[in-house]
Amino acid sequence: MSAFSAIDDEEQEIDQNDFTPGIEPQATWCPGCGDFAVLKALKGAMPELGRTPDEVLLVTGIGCSGKLNSYFECYGYHSLHGRSLPVARAAKLANPGLEVIAAGGDGDGYGIGGNHFMHTARENHDMAYIVFNNEIFGLTKGQTSPTSPKGHKSKTQPHGSAKDPVRPLTLALSSGASYIARAAAVNPRQAKNILIEAIEHDGFAHVDFLTQCPTWNKDAKQYIPYTDIQDSDEYDFDTSDRREAADVMYEAETKIHEGEVLTGRFYQETGRPSYGQEKRAIGEAPDQPLAERYFDEDAEWERAVDDIAAHHT
Amino acid sequence: MRSGLHIYTHRHYPSRIRGGHTYVEVRAGDEPVRSRGNGFDFLLCLGDSFGRSETEGAFYGNEELKPLTEQFDELNEGGVIVYDSGQFDEADIARTELAERAEENDWHVYPVDLRSIAREHGRAIMRNTAGVGVTAALIGQDLSGFEELLKESMSGEMMEANLNVLQDAYERAQEFDMSHDITLPEGSHEEQHAMLTGSDGIAYGALDSGCRFISGYPMTPWTDVFSIMSQKLPKYGGISEQVEDEIAAATLALGASHAGVKAMSGSAGGGFALMSEALGLAEMTETPIVYIEAMRAGPSTGMPTKTEQGDLEHVLYSSQGDSCRIVFAPANVREMYEQTRLAFELAYDYHLPALVVYDQKLEGELRSVPVSFFDREPDPDLGATLTEEELRDAAHDASGKFKRFQHYPDGEREGVNPRSIPGQKGGRFLATGNESSPTGHISEDTVNRKRQMERRMGKLESVSAELDEREASNQATYGDDDAAYGILTWGSTQDTAFEAVDTLDDAGHSVKAMGVSDLMPFPDREVTEFLESVSECLVVEMNASGQFRGLVQRELGQFGPKLSSLLKFNGEPYRSEEVVAVFEESIDGGQPDAQNVKYVPATGD
Ligand SMILES: Cc1ncc(C[n+]2csc(CCOP(=O)(O)OP(=O)(O)O)c2C)c(N)n1
Ligand code: SF4
Ligand SMILES: [Mg+2]
Repeated sequence: MSAFSAIDDEEQEIDQNDFTPGIEPQATWCPGCGDFAVLKALKGAMPELGRTPDEVLLVTGIGCSGKLNSYFECYGYHSLHGRSLPVARAAKLANPGLEVIAAGGDGDGYGIGGNHFMHTARENHDMAYIVFNNEIFGLTKGQTSPTSPKGHKSKTQPHGSAKDPVRPLTLALSSGASYIARAAAVNPRQAKNILIEAIEHDGFAHVDFLTQCPTWNKDAKQYIPYTDIQDSDEYDFDTSDRREAADVMYEAETKIHEGEVLTGRFYQETGRPSYGQEKRAIGEAPDQPLAERYFDEDAEWERAVDDIAAHHT
Repeated sequence: MRSGLHIYTHRHYPSRIRGGHTYVEVRAGDEPVRSRGNGFDFLLCLGDSFGRSETEGAFYGNEELKPLTEQFDELNEGGVIVYDSGQFDEADIARTELAERAEENDWHVYPVDLRSIAREHGRAIMRNTAGVGVTAALIGQDLSGFEELLKESMSGEMMEANLNVLQDAYERAQEFDMSHDITLPEGSHEEQHAMLTGSDGIAYGALDSGCRFISGYPMTPWTDVFSIMSQKLPKYGGISEQVEDEIAAATLALGASHAGVKAMSGSAGGGFALMSEALGLAEMTETPIVYIEAMRAGPSTGMPTKTEQGDLEHVLYSSQGDSCRIVFAPANVREMYEQTRLAFELAYDYHLPALVVYDQKLEGELRSVPVSFFDREPDPDLGATLTEEELRDAAHDASGKFKRFQHYPDGEREGVNPRSIPGQKGGRFLATGNESSPTGHISEDTVNRKRQMERRMGKLESVSAELDEREASNQATYGDDDAAYGILTWGSTQDTAFEAVDTLDDAGHSVKAMGVSDLMPFPDREVTEFLESVSECLVVEMNASGQFRGLVQRELGQFGPKLSSLLKFNGEPYRSEEVVAVFEESIDGGQPDAQNVKYVPATGD
């Protein structure tokens, strides 16, 4: 019997309101903030995924985006600025049954946590990673972020940013993510479906979620007009083809600064084992979830003395 | 060890991939051996350290002769030198003035063409085996133990060749005209002994604590613990992760622990600097964790393979806010095993980070310990953790959220709220690095803040009380209880200080010593009693600013005028005679003339 009976509990009825915390039912984001759309899409995804609050571990970074944890009912870990991924991936290794989701801002994920982003994608951990991309540092009041367009003026870049912005989709692709999509707050239905797919995907799924920040980023307050690349004849490409995906990503990451927003699935690699599966296959992780062992009263624990007698005498 | 002796070794090696003078000190005795001792009696010099490098313009000087010349100062009178005459040029040897020095110090020199012996039966690289054969013959040790070792670690032609080299070298050396008077003592063990490094001690302590997750990034001298664990964990059903940096390492371990696994991470001082944010997160989210900190000579990259105890303040205070952690500094293999176990036990019982700090000296020093010492039950207990059944009766908010951070928890230990684990039904809560309310939601309420701080910090007081009540103290004392003078030290310097006490005793001094392991919470009562009982105390540590002496004064708020400091920070561990000399010269107000060390008199004298 599992010590974690919430996991894969088929019996429970699931309603998306189960994911609204009784303690903070109302988010305190600014009116019109794109972050609301992520929250709504995530709540909407849960009943369709068949997940209950007690089997989801949501790990966030720090930022307006990181507050997601306060407004989404589940096991939450509001970690450090940029560090959601290391917490999340270890939790998934410790208990693969958990539905582990990581989330944070563009500064959080592409700046201070950029190294973890690259490596978590490369390792292909089985989890969804949602980046609230508002092209700005929201919580610290509007400084230039890694995705702010070149020339973007802020209090810390008074003459406009001299830097080219990060290309997050391309970065995810070259790092090794196996599912890459872009959603936008202005298209909630697509966003929900993308989150469902990302969470269901067996590997590292990166969702760059465009979330306008009307308070600090007046340049990009709407993300319209948007084009769903799956619906557009102009972008007829095979999402499982790396090269084709790279081309369309390039288009999307260029056009966003020219006023056109491309959303949808950019890359979907199927059949690739997740990191956990790889580790188990080579014998570097146990077949049974590690976390279960501590609750198993019949578990046999190896004794160091046997090793010492065999190898140190 | 197999011949019934007690062993101690210390590794010297430079931070370079190729070459450089590398050597191992081995000390053997019929009684337990506690330190590297003073000087040595037998030098086996293979002299290959930089055989193949350009000598012209070499920045490090003539490396080829270093294995010989660098040891001259430490070779005792009447000592033996065996060098490979197949390796050294006679003219070079003459330049070292070996003959003159040997005459002066009554050294017994045996040039042996080890290279040729090796070549005859195998390859030149087996010179070391030839050296062992010669050494065995010269100190009157039979070959059976060495043969056994070769057979265990090699096979086929390679083993055969080595056995022949060993035998031949031994037989030739037996024919030598021996003039020296050095033999190996006879020893016998009543029970089986094992030889382990400090790193082994930590790793086995962790494994016996049920630790099944480690994340790390290589950095000397921590790498040993990390690699031992990485090799063992798959066999123990655990997981090891080499990750992108120490920030990730420290944070992954928290993720694993949060998800219900006993987990650890660690680094050397430099990597630990990157871990400080996660350390604070563990304190704030009350995530149990064990972090290991391996000291080497700093600041910055410092001297990567040289020892120092300079990270004391770094481990005690790094990360923002008030520290709320346990820090142990074990002194030897046994303590490393035991205190690592204790670190896990307390971290999981009290939901805070427990640190084990050690140094390059302990990392690689081998000591023999009876196998029975480790014959204990593993302790995989998760500490203050609820089962689903217990969760049903635990306090929840009206909306069904588990109250993970209650102001006045009703658990077994004061201030500790037993936790739930993600995936458990009815256990969901929010963990955050922000200050939080009882359900974990962010709160900046002043009353809540004060209570939560007091509760978390209070756990440290409970730990302190628990440690105080335990029968076995982590502090080790040595010497006559009624002694007039004291030596106070911490971590790896302890056993050398104890050896100094013996020497001082023999010389008629009245002195005792205490080695402190509990750095946080600090053992106020024990150290106060010790210092009150002596008239003066020499505080011995390996750093330049007297961090431990500072800690003692900070924690106890007195004794300044009693405490003088002995400091060493040249990269090498103490020899007990250095402690002895400074003690003798400094008591009663003398000013020692110390060469490799630094003496700082007590304040207010
Ligand atoms: C180590 C560290 N550095 C800086 C900060 C301050 N800080 C908090 S959030 C943030 C940036 C937030 O931007 P982003 O990640 O894009 O999130 P957003 O608020 O836009 O959702 C910064 C710089 C911090 N909390 N920790
Ligand atoms: S500052 Fe911007 S990102 Fe933050 S809540 Fe307000 S609108 Fe949203
Ligand atoms: Mg942002």
